Amino acid sequence: MRPTSARLLNILVPVKRAVDYAVKIRVNPQQTGVDLNVKHSMNPFDEIAVEEAVQLRKRLKDAVQSIKVVTIGPPKASETLRTALAMGADSAIHIEIPEADPAPEPLGVARALAKLIEREKVDLVIMGKQAIDDDAGQTGQMLAGLLDWPQATFASKLDVDPEAKSATVLREVDGGSEEIKCRLPLVVTTDLRLNEPHYATLPNIMKAKKKPLEKLTPADLSVDLTPRLETIKVTEPPARIGGGKVANVDELVAKLKEAGFTAA
Amino acid sequence: MMDITGFTETQLDVRSAVAQVCSDFPNTYWQEHDQAQTDPKEFHAALAKAGWLGIALPEHLGGSGLGISEATMMMQTISESGAGMAGAQSVHANVYATQPLARFGNESQTETVLPKVISGEWRVCFGVTEPNAGLDTLSLKTFARKDGDVYRVTGQKIWITCAQVAKKMMLLARTTPVDQVKKPSEGLSLFCIDLDRERPGLDMRKIKKMGGRAVDANEVFFDNYEIPADSLVGEESKGFKIILHGMNAERCLLAGEALGLGYAALKRAAEYAKERVVFQRPIGMNQGISHPLADAWMKLEGAKFATYHAARLFDASKKDKSISAHSLGVACNAAKYMAAEAAFTAAERAVLTHGGMGYAAEYDVERWFRESLVPRIAPVSREMILNYISEKVLELPRSY
Repeated sequence: MRPTSARLLNILVPVKRAVDYAVKIRVNPQQTGVDLNVKHSMNPFDEIAVEEAVQLRKRLKDAVQSIKVVTIGPPKASETLRTALAMGADSAIHIEIPEADPAPEPLGVARALAKLIEREKVDLVIMGKQAIDDDAGQTGQMLAGLLDWPQATFASKLDVDPEAKSATVLREVDGGSEEIKCRLPLVVTTDLRLNEPHYATLPNIMKAKKKPLEKLTPADLSVDLTPRLETIKVTEPPARIGGGKVANVDELVAKLKEAGFTAA
Repeated sequence: MMDITGFTETQLDVRSAVAQVCSDFPNTYWQEHDQAQTDPKEFHAALAKAGWLGIALPEHLGGSGLGISEATMMMQTISESGAGMAGAQSVHANVYATQPLARFGNESQTETVLPKVISGEWRVCFGVTEPNAGLDTLSLKTFARKDGDVYRVTGQKIWITCAQVAKKMMLLARTTPVDQVKKPSEGLSLFCIDLDRERPGLDMRKIKKMGGRAVDANEVFFDNYEIPADSLVGEESKGFKIILHGMNAERCLLAGEALGLGYAALKRAAEYAKERVVFQRPIGMNQGISHPLADAWMKLEGAKFATYHAARLFDASKKDKSISAHSLGVACNAAKYMAAEAAFTAAERAVLTHGGMGYAAEYDVERWFRESLVPRIAPVSREMILNYISEKVLELPRSY
């Protein structure tokens, strides 16, 4: 039975281009941030979000009408969108900011996404719980707040019932997991265990080049992305001081006692 | 390590996506497979699963329809990941030897074989070289005698990579005795055959070798081995022309594999030179260490330009008739030569930079050094390329 149009799901996945997780980051000499002249790739939590949208389509078939990805970033952020398209998203929106502009902060991003959602028909937002560069972990919650939508954060399992317009989400919480049921439209943020993203295949990389990628500016959405925070100084953690070697367990225990560690 | 300006967006996409697949196969994987001499079948399967084996096959046959410029980048990325020549050779023939089949094979051949090769279900090897006919391909002796609706193959092939694990062989064999052909380049035919080890008349023996030990190389013996007549690819007697077309492409792929190996070794050497402290200073501070590495980098970069120039010419020559066979042949051979020499230099200096540690398998550079001899020898030796340039470019009298 074909689902009626009222029950079709439109999914939006916001993604961020971040310094690759494998790069050893270094603070720049001016101590204003880290050296960005290194390999970048899609924020790993966002990869999980894209993968989840694609898996959801595999599970729900025709009930998923569209998977749209969006990013806010400099021209190079388009690469991240192409990656998401190669993973299986249908179309992309790039809210482009000049290379020299400061990185937008969570509130700016959430406002831009909220504006975008006013224009696009979206039933479900799936996004990373945080980006590995600034580790803010706020955007999903702020977006749900601005839209006055329910939110299911730190998801480790997601089931959507398009007929009932609801979702059951398993959340990772301190001491275990929590199962909640939410109404759509909904903002879900992904935790590490939600899925394991697949590599894009070559045929899909080639197909992604032909998928639509729309460019917008913050002005098109009438949002101001000017940061509200001022970074005063960025420093590296103190260098680790090398440890000493002990000859046997007795010596180790003695050293531990000396350092003030005692068995409870 | 390698400067990536000037590459196309597609080439860079290939580079990052292939690197991602390769990142699941760390150097310890290749060390273990080299030492135990076991086939890297998981690696082949991972590349197949992500669709890479069809990179240069036409889209209507399930491939991605990209060119040699992209396939070369793929092969370079594989060897550069640390997989080295072993990693490259585990897929090389599947990417390359399937080209003549896609182009000259009939519908039933391409439709049964190619999708299975692309999906990784079947692997392919390339059966050309013989003990007494290496570079002198026209003197091939392996004979396929027509007998009703079959051919019977008798002869010996050597240095057949992956024959132990291949389901199919692209076999070049003589179908007309050399004294009965009208032109010396005729009389050879190309076949796409099953390697059925259960059937009589087929035997193979692994060759113990210096490098790339994860991947088997073999002597293959045919003794009245029966193959159906419809395994013939293209016209009978035109086999040499059919494979000649692919030889320039193979030069490019091999050049790419060599480059990857060289960059991997050089990168490791530079890292080691930065970290290794002797006499209270990193050894890379000594120009006796840094200058040979800087020199090796420039040699690799030069070879890189030659390689991707040749690959671009190869792809463009399909449409642009102003690119002569001469220009293409010279570019592809020169690129293979330069890349092989640059890789060897980089690998040797990487071992020497490591001092005694360079001799230990744990540091990988000895493995890459052993493998760096392969592109200098195969598929055509450096001496034969020097002969070729002497004759075709410098117009000097032929020495052989």
